[in-house]
Amino acid sequence: MWKFFHRLASPPHFYRLAAVFAPWFALPALVLIAYGVYAGLFLAPMDYQQGDAFRIIYVHVPSAYLSIMAYMIMAISGGIGLIWRMKLAHAVAAAAAPLGAAFTFLALVTGSIWGRPMWGTWWEWGDPRLTSELILLFLYFGYMALRGAIDDTAKADKASAVLALVGVVNVVIVHYSVEWWSSLHQGQTLLKEGGPAMDPGMLYPLLAMILGFTFLFGSLLLRRVRTEVLFRERRTRWVREMILSPEGS
Amino acid sequence: MSDSGPQIPGIFSGLWATARRDLLLAWKRPGDVLNPLFFFAMVCTLFPLAIGPSPEQLEFIGPGVLWVAALLSTLLSLNSLFLGDFEDGSLDQLLVSPQPLPVLALGKTLAHWLTSGLPLVLVSPILAVTYRMPASVVPVMMLTLLLGTISLSLLGSIGAALTVGLHRGTALLSLLILPLAMPVLLLGANTVSLAAGNDIYTTGVWALGAYAIASLSLAPYATAAALRISNE
Repeated sequence: MWKFFHRLASPPHFYRLAAVFAPWFALPALVLIAYGVYAGLFLAPMDYQQGDAFRIIYVHVPSAYLSIMAYMIMAISGGIGLIWRMKLAHAVAAAAAPLGAAFTFLALVTGSIWGRPMWGTWWEWGDPRLTSELILLFLYFGYMALRGAIDDTAKADKASAVLALVGVVNVVIVHYSVEWWSSLHQGQTLLKEGGPAMDPGMLYPLLAMILGFTFLFGSLLLRRVRTEVLFRERRTRWVREMILSPEGS
Repeated sequence: MSDSGPQIPGIFSGLWATARRDLLLAWKRPGDVLNPLFFFAMVCTLFPLAIGPSPEQLEFIGPGVLWVAALLSTLLSLNSLFLGDFEDGSLDQLLVSPQPLPVLALGKTLAHWLTSGLPLVLVSPILAVTYRMPASVVPVMMLTLLLGTISLSLLGSIGAALTVGLHRGTALLSLLILPLAMPVLLLGANTVSLAAGNDIYTTGVWALGAYAIASLSLAPYATAAALRISNE
């Protein structure tokens, strides 16, 4: 068991393993998203209040969930890298950050597009989730800026891991304080806690999209970590040998 | 600082020595303390100039403006928290000292709060009056600023430790700290607004206090870890 983990932490081994696993994430992602998009856009019944506008949740909800998920992955692997000095964990954190920021951005944009017909405005400060999501995007920006500002990779890894861990504590506080704040300024927004019971015809495509997006994220993350590992190990022998070998990658 | 030998001074003397040193340095260079205060006052002056002198409007935006100005002015002074020590090498002395680094970092943060946060709290009533804040609300505002600036100094010390020794440090520091500081701003400013509207505001005060205590117990460790990483 432990041997497997130790081998996983070795960059050349992971590099090969990730190449094997990446298609196994990409393929289910393709199937699930294809089904989710088709069923979500054509099969799911129209919402009696929101009409067709609700269909944007098939992109919005998975992105919002991944924006948090990616931050957790980033912080946890940063923590692993700090505690056990595992270089690969830092590579995972570095690779996860831009993906997380992209999904956060997607969640914000889709939320804003949904808000236009629903609230009559592109941006509603009163909605706590939109505001928390925006602060999360800023946290990602700060993380990536810190990484970019430090030239020494090992130092950048550790410093940004500390920041990500501080941020994790803060994300929870941001969530609750923003909720308190918005409760002061207006009543509940359109979506209530837990949400109305969903028709199965609407729910299944959504579940497929969430699962599909997760696989998509996994596949993208594996590919990014591979690139990251290759770049970080560019001066090592195994990279040189692999590139010069006749089979290429 | 202390006599040599196997006897190591207790942690409180370490805390006090670092704090006292920074306070002395601030005393010798009063500009470092006064400049953020002037900045605070000027930012508060900008808003009436920009949106007009209507009393109702000023009363309405007062708490928010004061809080945003306090946040920005704290950011302004944070950059120099570890910079001087980093440049003259005394930071290395702190790192190799037998005293626990979190305590020393707390000592420096304490000095920072005493020279930036506390003066802000003391000056804020004058500016609050110009925003026509009712006299009954002023103590609430001072209390929220008191608790809030403690949190801001502690949060800021993490950011200052992470960015010490980096070029382009100032802009980066703001980018790191502002998202972390948003809950403090949100709690502080809205609590004052609630008090101004004769509403129940205690929730916000308790939350700010909890935030201050949590950051008091956790932030020094993060700051110490960041200082070690920045000085490898």
